[in-house]
Amino acid sequence: YLFLHFVYGPLKPGTSNIFLLRNAVLEVEAIKVGCSVPAARKTGTTICGVVFKDGVVLGADTRATEGMIVADKNCSKIHYISPNIYCCGAGTAADTEMTTQLISSNLELHSLSTGRLPRVATANRMLKQMLFRYQGYIGAALVLGGVDCNGPHLYSIYPHGSTDKLPYVTMGSGSLAAMAVFEDRYKPDMEEDAAKQVVRDAIAAGIFNDLGSGSNIDLCVITKNKVNYIRPHDEANKKGVRTGDYKYKQGTTGVLTKAVTPIDLELLEESVQTMDTS
Amino acid sequence: MAVEYDGGVVIGADSRTTTGAYIANRVTDKLTRIHDKIYCCRSGSAADTQAIAEIVAYQLGFHSIELDEPPLVETAANLFRASCYRYREELTAGILVAGWDKRKGGQVYSVPIGGMLVRQPVSVGGSGSTYIYGFMDANYKPGMNKEQCMEITAAALSLAMERDGSSGGVVRLASISEEGVERRVILGNQLPKFSTH
Repeated sequence: YLFLHFVYGPLKPGTSNIFLLRNAVLEVEAIKVGCSVPAARKTGTTICGVVFKDGVVLGADTRATEGMIVADKNCSKIHYISPNIYCCGAGTAADTEMTTQLISSNLELHSLSTGRLPRVATANRMLKQMLFRYQGYIGAALVLGGVDCNGPHLYSIYPHGSTDKLPYVTMGSGSLAAMAVFEDRYKPDMEEDAAKQVVRDAIAAGIFNDLGSGSNIDLCVITKNKVNYIRPHDEANKKGVRTGDYKYKQGTTGVLTKAVTPIDLELLEESVQTMDTS
Repeated sequence: MAVEYDGGVVIGADSRTTTGAYIANRVTDKLTRIHDKIYCCRSGSAADTQAIAEIVAYQLGFHSIELDEPPLVETAANLFRASCYRYREELTAGILVAGWDKRKGGQVYSVPIGGMLVRQPVSVGGSGSTYIYGFMDANYKPGMNKEQCMEITAAALSLAMERDGSSGGVVRLASISEEGVERRVILGNQLPKFSTH
């Protein structure tokens, strides 16, 4: 599999290519049988976060796509990290899910070890150090937000491991649409309702203007002592109710003639097998 | 960029981080604290430079505790060089290490892509630096004081930001001396203007 080195370049320190080898074998075997390798499911997404007076508001759409097909109309993109920290994920769905779960688990152990509520900066460090180690092969673009002993914090984390600490961030394919809303309407030290409204509008901009985002708007409001996970906050794309019916009433078709032929069947064997319902 | 003066250094940077043509962060702080009186100016890949800076900050912090003394700027620069040279094939990082220590006062060390280490009285880096080499050659004179260094840094960065698409936002300045670190921000509308049209 020398071609792997040709295509992907020399092995980066701290990484291994066992999955590249496995995928190469699977691709060959799949072609032999006549199938194609499934495309990774991506959350072509709009996610965003905003810091307001008492905490942070995180927002996300709920569409997961496999190429041009919507794989999941109502997936959850706001992941739990710790009681005071949540993380929105864009990019490869599996990567965002597993990465946030891993860091959540390690953070819980860390929190038990320190005896303290975890800090957002700690989650940020753990995430960025892992993503940098994988040199961008883990396609997870995250919006990390939470409230800790030092106040509310919001970070954006990119797949290659760079992070930005900002008062408002957007990620995903709909990020430009959402950022346009933020750049127009963000104000420092907003009230909770104003913050929720601007996040809702930012995600809505992504849902209606980006093909990779759609369905509902999920919100997560994190304050010092409370987390309000609102799923869904806004069902922006409710399925329409059919106004007509293609079924015809019984008797619509008139019967002209009727011929009945009974078929005599001989009962040969009857056996009863009871189902174990215990 | 970074400039030495008698008694300290002045460092400055723009505030733009881009992913392709999109500005991911228009208020980035590229002047990263490595130690109390040692900062670095980061250019190149954000992920690479953030990772290296955080590793060096850890190493230097540990070293400083061992020594029970503020670390030397040359030490910090060598730590950067060690990482940037060893992993030169994998990294895209152009770093200026600048600070003040008791032994040699204000110092600027340049660690460009490839992992070279050289001390310079003035150094510029990043994609916009190409546009201001001429300006610096013409206008920098040795023996400038802190305020003059601040002015020439702000002017040079404004010129570079005007011409380079990958640079922009605000100008972040900092001066490091025995007294401490003083940070300044110059917003877009307050930048020195050179063009009349």
